[in-house]
Amino acid sequence: MLLVILVLMIGGAIFSLEARDLLSAVVAYGIVGFGLVICFLILQAPDLALVQIVVETITLIIMVAVILNSTRKELGVKWASKTVAYIVGSFVFLILFMYFFEKVTSVLSVFGEHLLRMSEAYIEPGAKDTGSANLVTGVIFDYRGYDTLGEATVLFTAVMGVLTVMRLKGRKEE
Amino acid sequence: MTVYFLCLILFLVGLYGVVSKRNLIKIVIGLAIMEYSVNLFLILIGYIKGGTAPIISGLAKFKKFVDPLPQAMVLTAIVIGLATTALLLAIAVRIYRKYGTFDVKEIKKLKG
Repeated sequence: MLLVILVLMIGGAIFSLEARDLLSAVVAYGIVGFGLVICFLILQAPDLALVQIVVETITLIIMVAVILNSTRKELGVKWASKTVAYIVGSFVFLILFMYFFEKVTSVLSVFGEHLLRMSEAYIEPGAKDTGSANLVTGVIFDYRGYDTLGEATVLFTAVMGVLTVMRLKGRKEE
Repeated sequence: MTVYFLCLILFLVGLYGVVSKRNLIKIVIGLAIMEYSVNLFLILIGYIKGGTAPIISGLAKFKKFVDPLPQAMVLTAIVIGLATTALLLAIAVRIYRKYGTFDVKEIKKLKG
């Protein structure tokens, strides 16, 4: 089940990057995001699925607004003159990448047999310490509350950045 | 193992978009795809076969839970990802208004 959704997501991603029309590219990008929601549901992470639905919807709305305010045309694709060098370079990169992926996955535990090393400290006394039945909420807002504070700071900075960049009037020159 | 590999392929598709596309919107989409695949990878690591969502209820008191720690971290990462994507798109719109194109090479030519 998970594999099917993942293959669908990869297909959506490839189509999204290769589409000739930017609006259909954005719609295909929606496949990846909402496929991720289903993956989270299968992997027993309902909080993440809820957040991902909201975030994906907002992202799609912003992207569609951007495209409707600019252009829908994708640029003509031209192959660069150094095509051979690019292909050789990407093959070398892929081989190196696969080598390191192999090394990493040999260290990681097999899928589905994760060992709870440090989460035991959160799971066992979690409900008593934080008073929250949902352990994820307990971790976010109690054990790692400063992390959430940092997240709020980043979010605030990003909103300020968007407002500054999209400001209609510039400062008057004196 | 196959799941990890497919997740890696999703990451590589996003990387291909960032490196080889000339359209700014496509580059933003590629970045977002890479971010999603990394989030998914972290959740895949924390999954335990037969585990339930880490919510304590009367019925599921003595059952196995999946790891709540990566879920909490990824929850933070998703929201920050939305903020970065919105900022990138705002800058892309600004560039379009100034230069009239999304083409990265064209923008480089117009500089100065």
